[in-house]
Amino acid sequence: MRQGKYPFIVGFLAAPVLLYVVFVISPYVQAFQISMTNWKGISANPQFIGLENFARLFEDEIFWAAVRHHGVLLLVMPLVTIVIALFFAFLLNLSGGQRDGRMTGIWGSKVYRVIFFLPQVLAVAIVGVLFQAIYRPDGTGVINGLLGKIGVEPVGWLIDPDIALLSIIAVMVWQAVGFYVVLFSAGMSSIPKDVFEAAALDGAGRFTLFFRITIPLLWDTMQVAWIYLGIAAFDAFALVQVLSVDRGGPDNSTTVLPMEIWRTAFNFSKFGYASAMGVALFFMTITFAALTLRVTRRERLEF
Amino acid sequence: MSTSASTPGDITRRQMLRRIGMTALIAGPGAGMLTACATGGGPAPAASAAPSASGAVSAANPFGVAADAPLEVVIFKGGLGDSYATEVHEPLYKKAFPQAQIKHVATQQIAQTLQPRFAGGDVPDMIANSGTDLMDNGALQQEGQLLELTELWDAPSIDDPGKKVRDMVAPGTIESGLIGGKPYLMNYVFSAYGLWYDSALFEKNGWTPPKTFDEFKTFAETAKAAGVTPFAYAGKNASYYAYWMILISAAKIEGNQILIDVDNLVDGVWQRDAMKQSATAWAEIAKYMDKSFEGLIHTEVQLRQNQGKIALYPSGSWLENEQKEQTPETFKYALTPTPSVTASDKMPFEAIRAAAGEAYIVPAKAKNPKGGLEYLRIMLSREGARGFTEKSGNITVVTGAADGLELSPGNASLSAAQTAAGQNIVTFSSFENWYKEFETELRKQTNALMFGRISADEFCEKMQKATDKTKADSSITKQERTV
Repeated sequence: MRQGKYPFIVGFLAAPVLLYVVFVISPYVQAFQISMTNWKGISANPQFIGLENFARLFEDEIFWAAVRHHGVLLLVMPLVTIVIALFFAFLLNLSGGQRDGRMTGIWGSKVYRVIFFLPQVLAVAIVGVLFQAIYRPDGTGVINGLLGKIGVEPVGWLIDPDIALLSIIAVMVWQAVGFYVVLFSAGMSSIPKDVFEAAALDGAGRFTLFFRITIPLLWDTMQVAWIYLGIAAFDAFALVQVLSVDRGGPDNSTTVLPMEIWRTAFNFSKFGYASAMGVALFFMTITFAALTLRVTRRERLEF
Repeated sequence: MSTSASTPGDITRRQMLRRIGMTALIAGPGAGMLTACATGGGPAPAASAAPSASGAVSAANPFGVAADAPLEVVIFKGGLGDSYATEVHEPLYKKAFPQAQIKHVATQQIAQTLQPRFAGGDVPDMIANSGTDLMDNGALQQEGQLLELTELWDAPSIDDPGKKVRDMVAPGTIESGLIGGKPYLMNYVFSAYGLWYDSALFEKNGWTPPKTFDEFKTFAETAKAAGVTPFAYAGKNASYYAYWMILISAAKIEGNQILIDVDNLVDGVWQRDAMKQSATAWAEIAKYMDKSFEGLIHTEVQLRQNQGKIALYPSGSWLENEQKEQTPETFKYALTPTPSVTASDKMPFEAIRAAAGEAYIVPAKAKNPKGGLEYLRIMLSREGARGFTEKSGNITVVTGAADGLELSPGNASLSAAQTAAGQNIVTFSSFENWYKEFETELRKQTNALMFGRISADEFCEKMQKATDKTKADSSITKQERTV
């Protein structure tokens, strides 16, 4: 096995690494270069202007609004998604008691698994269009139509600056939960059943099983989930683009960095400045991932 | 990528996780890529377009178009459709140059389609630069990507070789296409802006369109009592329809100079009385509009008007054609000017904004720019303009080209309104072409004003701040207009 290991690995990796360098790494490097120019994206004559674009970022209130929204997204979206997904995964896999010496989920869990995963298969643009109808602000919207039946005034899900961002976060959670249910299910099924048996023999209830056994043994999976969701929280472009009032409104209340990058580049023809925002976003993402890996580091159990 | 699978070899799960994390980290935010991939091969000097072969200059061929040079035409396929190009202008060009191959591209997203091509130096020969995602004409001009159209305006007209093309179009057409004082845009469609309503509905209810804002308020109460929203627009994507009304009213109070000053970023222009009065008046009327309109798009609101739920809708004369499919038989579009704000308005109630719009451009680095110019000259011929009106339902800047055509109710009303207005024409605004960032801010603040989140004073203050910011921003090239 050891013999010829490296040529084997290199043979497999060369093509993907090359593609990766050409299509991912090199554009990133180029973004750094463009961010120090005043390129308008139309002709190929950018002029080097040093760090002027970055200085501008500090005074740009829309940029800071977007950064704040990423902060909210980062706090709310992964947490809610993981809590809901863990709860569902536990119900589906472990909460039904034992049968034939295995932990099972509640009755009908296979059907639920499909239902939970369904939103994940939909393209995000389709989800956006669906939720346009669901969130429509007058009585013809799905939610407001139902609320109207019980005599509640229509709610401006996407037009009230106080709740617009939360409404968009709810869509992200709705779409993401299914995937993490499956991820956590896989994690749970890899936990040896003896552990549960032993705990059950010692008189542990579902509550204890969940908090004292399942979560600690699922820590690695949750860490991955946290990073993935955190990165998704730095995106949100498509949903904001499709759902929000005038792309990021009302009053900048839903705008996110990718949205502003897109607008600055393609509407305002300021590719240099847009790249500076992109570079800022890059550093935010990388800081987040590094912090998460560091903070959540724990002794792990081998089994 | 389930983490439950045991990993082969001596890669531990910890390392694996870390790698997954780092990979996702780099692949995750696609936004960085978005900005980066646009440069294509990087900022290498763009290949200058191959000098186009010229044909002989003659009376029939004033630009010297090479008869066999291929021509690429990009049309924004929006409210006007694209059949006017495929069925009228392109066949006319083909008739003049039978050997020329014409490539027709129709798109709703001009910028997304063409921006990479401009950056790469492979540009079409004629572009209808319109729609929400149009390319920034000011930026194109500054980068030397637009062909100056003086040659076109000075060329002999197809219909009457004794006259120049510039003499065949409505006054103000060429001026509306100036950037940096030179003509770069051919604004082709003659549009009138005002409040559109269903004359049949008004007749049935015995309503008349209001002539002053006091009448507007009385009318609003009446309409509301009848279960009809008196005035509405779509906040989600068409708040500019509302700021047009605010600007038009301001111009009626103070005269056209205020719009010229808005374009010229004059100090304090947004805090003049006329602007405040106009913003206050419109915000009053907007109170009758349900908050939910902020979350609707223009077609949703226009459909509600077709269903008789909205009385007055701010828009331009393309509206009737845009709604053709949804309009019931009984619905008759009509135009009324914006009501007068004060008794001492400089312009009478009848004044309307009528201006040339929908810019057509020829890229300077096109392969066949002469063909592009000739294509525009064909569009400005009587036959081309008439065909355009027949296919798109919109009147062009070519004077008298639509004479004798049977007009739709909307166009008939438009023509009556134009006659009534006479010389009282509210001028166009150029900041929409010049300063996109400023325009975006105006859209935002218009929604905030009209849906009651800020007062008229705050609105004026914020817009003045945006004006000052644009003026102070050295990265924005300033423009100037005198008329």
